[in-house]
Amino acid sequence: MQPFNLTHLNNTSDIKSLSSIEGARFIAGGTNLIDLMKLQVETPVELVDLSDWQDERSITEHDEHFRVGAMVTNTELANYASKTVGLSLLSQALLSGATVQLRNRATTAGNLLQRTRCYYFYDTAKPCNKREPGSGCTAIDSVNRIHAIFGTSENCIATHPSDMAVAMMALDAQVELITPNGETKTLPLRNFYCKPGATPHIENCLKEGELITAVILPKRAAGTQYYHKVRDRSSYAFALVSVAAGLVLQNNKVEKLSLGFGGVGTVPWYPATAIEALTGAQLTEANIEKALDAELASAKVYGSNNFKPQLLRNTLHKVLRALAEHQRTYPQHEGALYEN
Amino acid sequence: MSTLKGPTLKGPTLKGPTASSQPKDGPSPTCMSINGVSYALPNDPRTTLLDFLHQNLALFGTKKGCDHGQCGACTVLVEGERINACLVFAFQLRGKAITTIEGIAKNDELNPLQSAFVKRDAFQCGYCTSGQICSSVALQKELADKTPSAVTFSENYSAREDISERMSGNLCRCGAYPNIVDAIEDVIALEPQ
Repeated sequence: MQPFNLTHLNNTSDIKSLSSIEGARFIAGGTNLIDLMKLQVETPVELVDLSDWQDERSITEHDEHFRVGAMVTNTELANYASKTVGLSLLSQALLSGATVQLRNRATTAGNLLQRTRCYYFYDTAKPCNKREPGSGCTAIDSVNRIHAIFGTSENCIATHPSDMAVAMMALDAQVELITPNGETKTLPLRNFYCKPGATPHIENCLKEGELITAVILPKRAAGTQYYHKVRDRSSYAFALVSVAAGLVLQNNKVEKLSLGFGGVGTVPWYPATAIEALTGAQLTEANIEKALDAELASAKVYGSNNFKPQLLRNTLHKVLRALAEHQRTYPQHEGALYEN
Repeated sequence: MSTLKGPTLKGPTLKGPTASSQPKDGPSPTCMSINGVSYALPNDPRTTLLDFLHQNLALFGTKKGCDHGQCGACTVLVEGERINACLVFAFQLRGKAITTIEGIAKNDELNPLQSAFVKRDAFQCGYCTSGQICSSVALQKELADKTPSAVTFSENYSAREDISERMSGNLCRCGAYPNIVDAIEDVIALEPQ
């Protein structure tokens, strides 16, 4: 591991006195960053340690929303969300990711900012535009079974690995951040991530020195909710395809559909086209298929991942069928589809 | 805001760590407590907790498997919560109380989970066992606190499936999984729910 200088941020207001060293990185839980530093995929010259940053370690409930501090761990958020019916989807997504050991360290902001698990991003002997801009994309012409079908470019097809972010997309989350000048900004999570385009190394709209302070989750009915993750083993594996869905059904008509797709996008995928096609429509197999056709019109496959469009179709059908059956049996239900 | 500036590589090596009994108000911010003993942080900030245990403290019970947070052999408890010691810098845990496998038994009395692992033959080579036991000690508390797992929200539930899910961060390449779940079930059955 390359040597680095170490600075500590203890209070949010201290951000104004941080030196602006190019290449400095904040470190919260460190479960992804330390791994990447060991492999020298990441070589920050300075780390700003957030271990003593106490300001953003809690979840607070307000009239219209929940505010989740950036340093709230994935375990804490999963536990809280499991007891909050409108946030069940988020709890399910969090618990389907990683392991207890990792969730105990990983933070809310760190989860949003985790890097792809593309094999070639991790392998410093291979070209990767995300790791080394301009070097090329190995994945496009190699084994790309885990790679994306949405939001890709000729320069990068790496998936965003987060489950949590997929549920947050579906739940209309917003990201709150602070600039090095101490100014606070809030923006929709849907506008936070950047598709690779010609600059795969730029993954989100955070600028140098900006720090995520919280995630805002609006209070609103999500209906019956289910996070279904399809993967190579039943625990501790990244999604090949995942569907985060919340459904409110009224006389078999879709009143409200919250939807996010994981494992298929270069960013946590918000399927706006499918949501638009289904909202207000009768929930039939034919209409689900039509919505999928419309969403998948922009998808592109790369060889080893040719199975993903069909797997996504099967998964969405299964999830919406189960949610609809539950809503018909328990009209106006709010919470998890299954709870043991 | 405090600043610790490099150079990080050429600082004096902490051969014999400064060990002292833990003060009543807990370890100081420049120390961490490991199994009740307070130690000064390593000089090199690149030192992970796992490497600190091995290289500075000669506590080898915590194992290095993958060194990337994938196998769980390095599982230790921080304030009672399980983490991977390979994916945390020692400086991130200043002021914290850490328990390793060496601190799980009370003097000569094994933790009930340690006894259950022996009774159920819940290992073969034993390399993953210290991580499995630390993980299951934390699991016991998580279950007592009624924290959810992915299985809580799954279509098909069974207690064994739930334990397997909660233990999925600890791999056993000998394949002792059924016996590990047996051992954990033995002890959890004794716990008031």
